[in-house]
Amino acid sequence: MKYIKFFLVGILFGIVMSKAEIISWYRIYEMFKFQSFHMYGIIGSAVVIGMANMYFFRKKMVKTFEGKEVYVAPKKKGMYRNLLGGILFGLGWALAGACPGPMFVLVGKGVVSIFVVIFGSIFGAFLYGLLKNRLPH
Amino acid sequence: MEFITQPWAWYVAGPIIALVMFLLFYFGERFGVSSNLETLCSIGGAGKFVDYFKIDWKQNAWNLIFIAGAITGGFIAANWLSPTDVVNLNPQTVQDLADIGIANAGASYLPDEIFSVETMLSVKGFLVLLTAGILVGFGSRWAGGCTSGHAIVGLSNLELPSLISVIGFFIGGLTMTWLILPLIL
Repeated sequence: MKYIKFFLVGILFGIVMSKAEIISWYRIYEMFKFQSFHMYGIIGSAVVIGMANMYFFRKKMVKTFEGKEVYVAPKKKGMYRNLLGGILFGLGWALAGACPGPMFVLVGKGVVSIFVVIFGSIFGAFLYGLLKNRLPH
Repeated sequence: MEFITQPWAWYVAGPIIALVMFLLFYFGERFGVSSNLETLCSIGGAGKFVDYFKIDWKQNAWNLIFIAGAITGGFIAANWLSPTDVVNLNPQTVQDLADIGIANAGASYLPDEIFSVETMLSVKGFLVLLTAGILVGFGSRWAGGCTSGHAIVGLSNLELPSLISVIGFFIGGLTMTWLILPLIL
């Protein structure tokens, strides 16, 4: 039963990704062509509101539903990891026109070929795990 | 009802995504979709080959449930909330795409030239889809996050690693869109 809330939040996420056309390959192309404000407005407004949320979490004005402090685990530091990993991700994002969230939402839309992209991304994650110790971080 | 069925503007979508992030924190978890790729590796038995995947994946089960919800949400939106599949693109974008071989841009969510079943069943089309996926999976795990974990949560939390990653996302994305896509389409 404790998982139902995550399922419901996921449904909201899937609907907003679809209705705002974030799952459209074209919207990603348009963004990287700087020909529309749409995606920048979405990410920008989410981040601005997110910053306010983080402030409330840090000031302990908002706690989790169990009354615990909200802990925001910091991301791992490392110039190579973040820049080189980010560049590879960006190449894939612009080619697939989808990042990991939208890939799964497109399954719900009934796009058969997206399974090839999802299989590739799982295999890519496996390759990372395989090569991790040989990569700069 | 028209408010729901028309395409949602950025100022509707952005706050809802922030709400999704807030709710996950409120429920004690952190918004980040690409972690699921590692979890799926672990479930698939990757731990037998690589120690990195020897994790107790059940602690990430909430995130898989979240993804199951996202798939369901995509189904609901496609079947009941979207009377049309048309994406209103900048006319310049439509022209630019026509110039590199993608016709009727915006007539539906995805270009047939990349996503149709016929394209998928061709060698080149299959390799394009597979390569795109491998880059997304490998890159996001190396960087430790994707658009959700780095661009939304990380930037909201003013984290330098996320800023560096997002700069990387754009270096890669701009390179693909401006330089590589015209060559491979």
